[in-house]
Amino acid sequence: MAGLELLSDEGYRVDGRRAGELRKVRARMGVFAQADGSAYIEQGNTKVLAVVYGPHEMRGSRSKALHDRALVNCQYSMATFSTGERKRRPHGDRKSSEMTLHLKQTFEAAILTQLYPRSQIDIYVQVLQADGGNYCASVNAATLATIDAGIPMRDYVCASSAGFIEDTPLADLNYVEEAAGGPQVALALLPKSDQIALLEMNSRLHEDHLDQVIEAAIKACKDIYTVLDQVVREHVHEVTTLLGE
Amino acid sequence: MKETPLSNCERRFLLRAIEERKRLDGRQSYDYRNVRISFGADYGCCIVELGRTKVLGQVSCELVSPKLNRATEGILFFNLELSPMASPAFEPGRQSELLVKLNRLLERCLRNSKCIDTESLCVVAGVKVWQIRVDLHLLNHDGNIIDAASIAAIVALCHFRRPDVSVQGDEVTLYTPEERDPVPLSIHHMPICVSFAFFQQGTYLLVDPSEREERVMDGLLVIAMNKHREICTIQSSGGIMLLKDQVLRCSKITGVKVAEITELIQKALENDRKVRKEGGKFGFAESIPNQKISAFKMERAPVDTNDVEEQAEEIITKADPPSEVFAKPILQTPGTAQIGEGIENSWGDLEESEREEQEEDNSDDATTSGVQKMETEEISGVSKTKKEADTIILSDSEEEVVVVLEPEETRKKTRTHTSAKQENSSSKKTFNKKRKKKRTTH
Repeated sequence: MAGLELLSDEGYRVDGRRAGELRKVRARMGVFAQADGSAYIEQGNTKVLAVVYGPHEMRGSRSKALHDRALVNCQYSMATFSTGERKRRPHGDRKSSEMTLHLKQTFEAAILTQLYPRSQIDIYVQVLQADGGNYCASVNAATLATIDAGIPMRDYVCASSAGFIEDTPLADLNYVEEAAGGPQVALALLPKSDQIALLEMNSRLHEDHLDQVIEAAIKACKDIYTVLDQVVREHVHEVTTLLGE
Repeated sequence: MKETPLSNCERRFLLRAIEERKRLDGRQSYDYRNVRISFGADYGCCIVELGRTKVLGQVSCELVSPKLNRATEGILFFNLELSPMASPAFEPGRQSELLVKLNRLLERCLRNSKCIDTESLCVVAGVKVWQIRVDLHLLNHDGNIIDAASIAAIVALCHFRRPDVSVQGDEVTLYTPEERDPVPLSIHHMPICVSFAFFQQGTYLLVDPSEREERVMDGLLVIAMNKHREICTIQSSGGIMLLKDQVLRCSKITGVKVAEITELIQKALENDRKVRKEGGKFGFAESIPNQKISAFKMERAPVDTNDVEEQAEEIITKADPPSEVFAKPILQTPGTAQIGEGIENSWGDLEESEREEQEEDNSDDATTSGVQKMETEEISGVSKTKKEADTIILSDSEEEVVVVLEPEETRKKTRTHTSAKQENSSSKKTFNKKRKKKRTTH
């Protein structure tokens, strides 16, 4: 990737966006009939499908049940055709199990799990096309699916990534920008209280710039929030009109 | 074996202590435990101790063919092992959630931050590259595995020397350490992880949590940084909500800690190099201190015990004389007795009307003790008297009245008298001694 100009002198990025601009977000809720909640999201070329089952009785070993709250069970998988090179294992490798853990952690923090003791909530996420920001798109899709399932949450969980190139923080990185190996922050935010549910950073970034990059990521999360909120409202409106006033 | 759950009492105790800004091992909230680094006899082998957490690091290398998409880069591989030897809670041969998390964190901390120049590990582009394997074994678990593991990994990599190779045409020659000195890896910077534990929804923050603290914490934030204050990894975990300011504060603390640890690592490496050059003793057998239970060595307590006796005497004399203790049971009325002090017994009290009569009788009694004794003995010959209690005299009537007699009073007086005497003598003594001391000091 050497020699590729990630930020032009005019301030445009590889795909023609400005530094703080998001990719186009399109989302749908209630895409499956079988699941309790489901959602589909496109952030640029990253396409993610999320499905939520539950809260239901504990499946598998009952010994895992938590006596004071619900267990959140996640699975993150990437379709074999989602990346440039065909993937051999859709899930179960180190990276996906890490992603699974992160999703679980994010939603354990956001869902009011204490309302459903001894039960289980399953969140399955499938990446159909990976073009950067997989974690963020997965979180956003899972949020919509959880809302569709009617599971109470503290707030929407919105996630976005941010990078730092040529002293400028960039929001919502795409694959090319991620692969360039610059610093990269993924952040899941509860927008109303400004609380960070998950923070992850890779590669090298000087401490002095951390503030700026986190700030850019928070702003991007809030932008995502407006879009998601609009999607939810439209969906609810649609459903109520179908039901008849 | 499943981990024994922490009892509620212990959990509450730990949390209460944290609220009071106290830690069980006496550290302050931002203190790091002692770091000890010892090297093995081979290159690339080290043990890092962080308090009682112990991690063994071993680096090995191999010539392999490179990955297809990275033809000119060597391969770095990290593997952390949590054996049941370190803690009974770890199951053998299972990829637990914790293990996956720690392994990925190490990979991201050391590989993604590009601390090792992987291109220098290429021998023949697309054909032969070095694969460097870093194996980390947790030997003892006392919390904060990731910090200890990251230090062990970077120290082992810094210490490691790979065999020299030369390429002539298509031929690759590998030299043994006898033929050519092995070469060290080229390391750009040293990322070191620092963990922060959060309690009570982020109200309290501790650096370098111990095992007990880890079990009661709400969430963990790991920040990896190098001495140039470049952040290499941040990872939050556990269901905890952070605020931006908290993250920034943690990153400031990390900078300080990393600078200290890096200095320590460099000193340790320098020391080892010197020892090896001089041909001194090195290796684990030399550097691991004995911590046997069977060692009969007692460290002297740093307490000055010279004038303890005088101090004790002084305290005794200054203190109030102890109140009277009734060694023998006091019989209030038949069937009720009293030992020692307590609430005054009212069982033996007379009813009002009777009391008046009694008082008349007793007024004579109370005058002389000796006579009274005789009287009671005579009169209450039928009644159930116990005469061994000389402090107490039972009166003649059926409803007995307790009368405290003079003898006790006198005894009290004598006692106070003696104690006063003691006081005088002891104060004199101390005075003399003080004088003596003064003389000796002069």
